[in-house]
Amino acid sequence: MTQLLWNGLFVGSFYALVALGYTMVYGIIRLLNFAHGDLYMLGAFVGFGVLSVAGGLATGLGFVALLIVMLIAMLVTGTAGLLLERVAYRPLRGAPRLSVLITAVGASFALEYGMRLVAGPNPEVYPVRLAGDPVNLLGARITIQQASLIVIAVLLMAGLQWLVMGTETGRAMRAISQDPTAALYMGINVDAVIARTFFIGSALAGAAGVMAGGYYGKIDFLMGFVIGLKAFTAAVIGGIGNVKGAMLGGLTLGLLESIGTHWIGGQWRDVFAFTFLIIFLTLRPTGILGERVTERV
Amino acid sequence: MSDAAGRWALEIDGLDVHYGRVHALRGLSLTVGEGEIITLLGNNGAGKTSTLATVSGVVRSTGGTVRAFGRDITKAKPWEIVGAGVVHVPEGRRIFSRLTVHENLQLGGYLVSDKAVVGRRIDEVYALLPRLAERRNQQGGNLSGGEQQMLAVGRALVAKPKLLMLDEPSMGLAPLVVTQIMKLIRQINADGTSVLLVEQNARAALKIAHRAYVVENGVITLQGAARELRRDSRVVEAYLGA
Repeated sequence: MTQLLWNGLFVGSFYALVALGYTMVYGIIRLLNFAHGDLYMLGAFVGFGVLSVAGGLATGLGFVALLIVMLIAMLVTGTAGLLLERVAYRPLRGAPRLSVLITAVGASFALEYGMRLVAGPNPEVYPVRLAGDPVNLLGARITIQQASLIVIAVLLMAGLQWLVMGTETGRAMRAISQDPTAALYMGINVDAVIARTFFIGSALAGAAGVMAGGYYGKIDFLMGFVIGLKAFTAAVIGGIGNVKGAMLGGLTLGLLESIGTHWIGGQWRDVFAFTFLIIFLTLRPTGILGERVTERV
Repeated sequence: MSDAAGRWALEIDGLDVHYGRVHALRGLSLTVGEGEIITLLGNNGAGKTSTLATVSGVVRSTGGTVRAFGRDITKAKPWEIVGAGVVHVPEGRRIFSRLTVHENLQLGGYLVSDKAVVGRRIDEVYALLPRLAERRNQQGGNLSGGEQQMLAVGRALVAKPKLLMLDEPSMGLAPLVVTQIMKLIRQINADGTSVLLVEQNARAALKIAHRAYVVENGVITLQGAARELRRDSRVVEAYLGA
């Protein structure tokens, strides 16, 4: 049972990291960025590329190498998110929402099949695996590296929470998400803040991509598709647009999947997740932390 | 009051604005002298809000020029315009209802890089508007209409405006609160800030303004000293009631 919880927490923290980007972008420009999962894939491949080049160096260092690689991947995916916003979404600011949504789907395909061109259609084996020697922790077998990755994920989330709630940029993000025009009247450079949001959200997805590569040991160009949907599910369960909600939603979904698949079989994992989403939305459409809108005019 | 040697806080010259095929402003011109309170009167849809939104850079003009303190801001970005000291309190207040009162005020100082300065200015606003200080940790959306308007004005003050533009600050407020708001505007002006006040409540606005303009269908149709317009039969009939 403890093992199930650990696995759930682990997968859940991937979901949460990806869901954060989803929810931040939705929160600030009301866009469901369907290409977001593919930035996670890009992160995994950047990590793969760097590890392959660094080669022998990495195998010895293992965990530290993975950390450095994660930073590089975050920078690259963050920049990719920035470009995506600049090229695909900013020109459509003010366009009907459906146009932007379709563009997002297009961007998703462009990233997936762009990567297929570069890296080929076959899955790649990640050069670093978080194998290590498992230790017994509360009845579960877990490696130090695995535990550390959860810690890193938690630190990243805590950092984000601080950024959003405690800094000028975060305040500007929250202001824009409520009323972009009023934010302009405050002298906020709305475009710049939106770009920063894309960078941060995409970088978190990239970090999750590298972590997933190290955890599962195998990556392919479509790996972002399902996790994109799962992260979207997590964001919605938590209350879309809500940062804490995305973290909570991701962990909830990870734990539910882990426990659910143990009972009803691994092949039902996705069915289980999305059925849960449907049931959940029927019962509580605003999500766990979704705001009930009470605004006085 | 502006004098011959005084500089202009704002010069709008021949401003045109189109919304698609709707010609909202048709060569509108007006000036605000440094230290003046100018009021822009007119009915719904006459072009008052469009004028302010265009000065703020939120709406793009299709012709004409806008100069603030001698500098051409016709094509400037909204944040550059705020940076130039032209601050807009928009219609309907538009405070950030899920941010606290304090956070709303902090956002007013977004462009000020020295946050200690922002803190001092917020303290000044609290001193000026003690109601806000009492409610500093409440969400903006929980404030009453009058308090929200105070917050919207206070938030603009944190940016230390040289020209403050207010769009219908009296809207939806009880007469007593309107009086308070007008008093506050007069006080801000006395401290050296030029004011462009857009109002439907012509009676209240003309009481505190130095000069006034009347806009109809996107052009200025009438202008003059406020105390003269108060007696002008056209203004009385159209905007002040019998």
